[in-house]
Amino acid sequence: MKVVVFTKQTFDTEAKITLDDQGKINPEGVSLIINPYDEFAVEEALRIKEKTKGEVTVVSMGGPKAQDVLRQALAMGADRAVLITPELEEMDEYTTATILARAVSRMEYDLILGGWRAIDDGSAQVAGRVAEILGLPVVNMVIKLEIDGGRALATREIEGGSEVVEVPLPAVITAQKGLNEPRYPTMKGIMQAKKKPMEKLALSDLGLTAEEVVPKVRALKYFLPSPRAQGKIVPGEPAEAAAALVRLLREEAKVI
Amino acid sequence: MNFDLPEELQDIKRLARDFAVSEVLPTVDADDKAHRFRRDLVEKMGELGFLGCVIPEEYGGNGLGYLALAILAEEIARVHSSLRIIFAANTLGPAITIWRHGSEELKQKYLPGLTSGKLLGCFAMTEPNAGSDVASMKARAVLEGDYYILNGSKMWISLAPVADIALVYAYTDPSQRAKGMSAFIVDMKSEGITVEAITEKLGNWSSPVGTITFENCKVPKENLLGREGQGFAICMQQLDNTRLASAAGAVGVAQACLDAAIEYANTREQFGQPIGRFQMIQDMIAQMCVDIEAARLLTYRAAFLKDKGVPNTLETSMAKLFASEAANKCADYALRIYSAYGYSEEYPVARFFRDAKYYQIVEGTSNIHKLIISQDALGYRKANRSS
Ligand SMILES: Cc1cc2nc3c(=O)[nH]c(=O)nc-3n(C[C@H](O)[C@H](O)[C@H](O)COP(=O)(O)OP(=O)(O)OC[C@H]3O[C@@H](n4cnc5c(N)ncnc54)[C@H](O)[C@@H]3O)c2cc1C
Repeated sequence: MKVVVFTKQTFDTEAKITLDDQGKINPEGVSLIINPYDEFAVEEALRIKEKTKGEVTVVSMGGPKAQDVLRQALAMGADRAVLITPELEEMDEYTTATILARAVSRMEYDLILGGWRAIDDGSAQVAGRVAEILGLPVVNMVIKLEIDGGRALATREIEGGSEVVEVPLPAVITAQKGLNEPRYPTMKGIMQAKKKPMEKLALSDLGLTAEEVVPKVRALKYFLPSPRAQGKIVPGEPAEAAAALVRLLREEAKVI
Repeated sequence: MNFDLPEELQDIKRLARDFAVSEVLPTVDADDKAHRFRRDLVEKMGELGFLGCVIPEEYGGNGLGYLALAILAEEIARVHSSLRIIFAANTLGPAITIWRHGSEELKQKYLPGLTSGKLLGCFAMTEPNAGSDVASMKARAVLEGDYYILNGSKMWISLAPVADIALVYAYTDPSQRAKGMSAFIVDMKSEGITVEAITEKLGNWSSPVGTITFENCKVPKENLLGREGQGFAICMQQLDNTRLASAAGAVGVAQACLDAAIEYANTREQFGQPIGRFQMIQDMIAQMCVDIEAARLLTYRAAFLKDKGVPNTLETSMAKLFASEAANKCADYALRIYSAYGYSEEYPVARFFRDAKYYQIVEGTSNIHKLIISQDALGYRKANRSS
């Protein structure tokens, strides 16, 4: 069984996000991690590999630093990695999905896994778009996955319960929290990762041009949540203070 | 000259931090207050290969080296100083010493357990009346047939209350002074061993320490490391190694102090502004930053020399001295910055303050390291000699 996993490098969940003078998200000094939902996908791929004597290829698109997440996946046990560095100024989900779909179409695969969303932009579109381009079924937000011959049985959360769906392979499956508990890489795994193949591709290696992947959506503006305003203490005798508080809630905060 | 950590060491640092934050941090406060030693965490560290850095693969290690070990020890100590002890008690104490001086049978028997964390080790030189003056120890081992009969009592032995095996130093021929000392691997379940825990101590509460009394304890003669009379040299070499883990641990504690101090200085407000805006707080933060950086670089250098396999007693001493003093200065400063809240058990700074003290005492007090360094500089006694 050959499994391809999409892994994105995202900001650390603890990172403090700031904007630069152009109003863009400032990547300086922010520590980067593997998108946690993609980590579930990597873990699931490794479990499938261990059961079926399969092979796991991890694919990431991003800058050269994205190698770090690929090395982590290799250290966890993936067999090979593909790093795509398109070097584009502007990208959207269409851009990403077009490039990833093209990259995967050059590979052999029975299953494509990814996180259901990235914790940074949170659009939850890429896996679905890739499935559409490749003409594959897609199951989102999966919390349990069983592979049986040429089919996948996937359990997904739905409002108020769970649903079990069956799809023929190859298929695209996206991971939700709860699918598994990702392993840590081991020291040995970290050493072995160095020796595993990492293919590096530019846009032109995939036969694509920048014009073909021009984004269809453009972010107009980023802004940070307004800082929490200072609390206010209403002084005075309890009865008076309560009356003053109600007045403030009604007139100033306009919440009652 | 190159100050970049190779990629695999960056990955190891990330892994160690991730492990410490996800597995150790959530319960660190409760564990420490309950004086709980987490054997399960040691085993998890063993499974990931944390304890096998300087042991070759054929014996269950991974050969990643001393620098990898220093990085791991720092990141673990940064979250819980007590847990760091395992890098000394297993890897740099008994394991590497068995690997260097033990027979093939001893290596097969003990190294896989020590590197996987399934076995817990300890090392025992200190006695009630022999601290810095290691050679003044009284423990005796007398060969009778196939066994050495061991008598004596060791004190302040980290992990003694939980250890499966001990690296023990004792005299086989006291008339020869230091040249009559020998080193043994002792099974802690042997008859004639009594262990008593030292339960009331200042810090490192989750790292149990105890007294071991040997009363006609029979040690198989195959458990001698090296030859009779090599014990003191083996001991000095072992200290050279375990000191690296202390230095790294001290850097970790110092870093924890700085992390906490920065967070607090940015949030605590007095006189209408965050206290970090006061120059006197900035002065402390700056000093902490520089001390930690210097301590870490000295520690990395000592590790680097060990990986190169060249004499490094002097550099290791410098790292151990500077890092343990830095940890104490940083703990002091963090406590000043936290002030009353640092004095309270609600924040971890009080724990850092207690735990930092340990590093000035073990594996050569700060004074002993000053002796090693100054005597070398003055030309009285060269520190680095190839062994
Ligand atoms: C928590 C803890 C864990 C420990 N774990 C272990 C362990 O696992 N195994 C083990 O064998 N030991 C262990 N020890 C013991 C430790 O190694 C000794 O405490 C240390 O070597 C110092 O000995 P001492 O405390 O007896 O001090 P002493 O040697 O009595 O020294 C007292 C004071 O005199 C100073 N001094 C001594 N000699 C000189 C000199 N020549 N010049 C200048 N000043 C000098 C010292 O610096 C110190 O300030 C542990 C100790 C502690 C506290």
